[in-house]
Amino acid sequence: MTDPAADPVLQAFEARLAKGEKAEPKDRLPERYRRQLVRMMSQHAHSEIVGMLPEANWITRAPSLRRKIGLLAKVQDEAGHGLYLYSAAETLGVPRDELIDQLLTGKAKYSNIFNYPTLTWADIGMIGWLVDGAAIINQSMLAKCSYGPYVRAMIRICKEESFHMRQGYEMVTALARGTPAQQAMAQEALNRWWPPTLMMFGPPEEQSTNSEELVRWKVKLKSNDELRQTFVDQTVVQAQVLGLRIPDPDLRYDEDTKHWTIGPIDWQEFFAVIGGNGPCNRDRLRARREAHEDGAWVRAAAAAHAAKNPQVNA
Amino acid sequence: MPDGASQLTTPADFAFAGYLARLADSHLVLGHRLSEWCGHGPVLEEDLALTNLALDCLGHATVLLRLLGQADGTGRDEDQLAYFREAVEFRNVLLVEQPNGDFARTIARVFLFAAYALPLYEQLQRSTDAALAAAATKFHPELRYHLRHAARWMLILGDGTDESHRRLQEAIDAWWPYTGELFALWPDDPALIERGLIPHPDRVRAAWEATITEVLGQARLARPVAGMHMLLGGPIGRHTETLGYLLAEMQIVARSFPGASW
Ligand SMILES: [Fe+2]
Ligand SMILES: [Fe+2]
Repeated sequence: MTDPAADPVLQAFEARLAKGEKAEPKDRLPERYRRQLVRMMSQHAHSEIVGMLPEANWITRAPSLRRKIGLLAKVQDEAGHGLYLYSAAETLGVPRDELIDQLLTGKAKYSNIFNYPTLTWADIGMIGWLVDGAAIINQSMLAKCSYGPYVRAMIRICKEESFHMRQGYEMVTALARGTPAQQAMAQEALNRWWPPTLMMFGPPEEQSTNSEELVRWKVKLKSNDELRQTFVDQTVVQAQVLGLRIPDPDLRYDEDTKHWTIGPIDWQEFFAVIGGNGPCNRDRLRARREAHEDGAWVRAAAAAHAAKNPQVNA
Repeated sequence: MPDGASQLTTPADFAFAGYLARLADSHLVLGHRLSEWCGHGPVLEEDLALTNLALDCLGHATVLLRLLGQADGTGRDEDQLAYFREAVEFRNVLLVEQPNGDFARTIARVFLFAAYALPLYEQLQRSTDAALAAAATKFHPELRYHLRHAARWMLILGDGTDESHRRLQEAIDAWWPYTGELFALWPDDPALIERGLIPHPDRVRAAWEATITEVLGQARLARPVAGMHMLLGGPIGRHTETLGYLLAEMQIVARSFPGASW
């Protein structure tokens, strides 16, 4: 670890953070900090974009026009989030093309949760309720982090994620209060989505490599387990209201800590999925690559047209 | 309760209902096709834009289907109409039900349809049916955006590279036989025109022709030869085979859960 006293850039940077100031693109930033933030923001952007796929999978089958419109608008919001986040990452000097290339070549990661399939309509409700719900908890923390452009993107995005979560919960509510077949569909979907949603917060810190530095630089303000606990406490109560059963035989309320405790998480599965071996890793990357390759001639046409008509872009 | 359902029914006006179905189903099916692009666009900004178009079309369809459920005297709501009719009961024009094809086809279809819908809804604002006139007034600015967006891409693709020019010309040629249907006069139409409910298609066609001539010219695209055989049938329920597959996908969940609300 570099000694801050020996590095004037690092020293000035850490002094600013200590005063509670945000880092901005024009500042001289330590190279490690810059790299960590590009990695995090681009992963986050990729997650928004890849995350469109499992939900878009049900747009054409949504069971009512109101749901079809709601889902389309939600997936469109995620594309918008991807755009803000790529722009925020670009403030650190890495162009969007390069970041997308890292995704398509498998060098960059995205959230593991999107490597699970959407098998029924209820999965769309579960994603809104659970996945957007978990994302908000993580993003509310990031909205207080030390990098200004990331903070601003997160504040804007969190508002929309809250709407997504309410919409998802409302969709699940309609199922839970619906016909027996709808109720069964909701429970079955919860059974599948609960374990991977818990994994979204990442393994406990002792198993995570990047954490110490991120805490010191105020990028990570809470531990993975703390964030996960917030999610569990909030979601267990919501499931009870709906009359759905959380699929965890070890789940119990701890009177001493006033928190819900959960059974063990299968981190082996988590690492297998991160390693490319989840149920949908190959499908997701193939879909992104196909869209990119099929769109190449369109982007080439737009670039050629812009080059021939410079006044239009002036 | 499904929202939008109304138990109040007025005497059925089957001719007008048939016309409303032509409009409503065309927006519904085009919106469905455009929604297939979501998550797969050629560039993120265009993914957002195509989704905007899809959202507008589905919004238009919702409004028009509600009017249809009133006009046909059944009181059916938009979901009963969208999800529980068979392909032969759909009245959309054939142009919109065809598979998307590549981005050039998709854009060319939006262009051809919006160039027709914009003057159509301009005139429908003066329909003697107050509800349809109000809907037309609401849709009109959105359709103007559709036309502007599609026309901009027509120029970009027409002018961009040899490949984009070729693809766009192929798209226009492929869609052309479906354009005659936009202006066909069906047996029930003269009476509706007489009642001031709908405009004469020739008046819409004149504006469409002007837009097409201008944009094809700017994009340096050849207009397909005159006198080409035109395919007709959508507005009387004589569809192409692809509509059955589209509806099978669209209606599967709604039909798999009898009695469900969503
Ligand atoms: Fe998002
Ligand atoms: Fe979201």
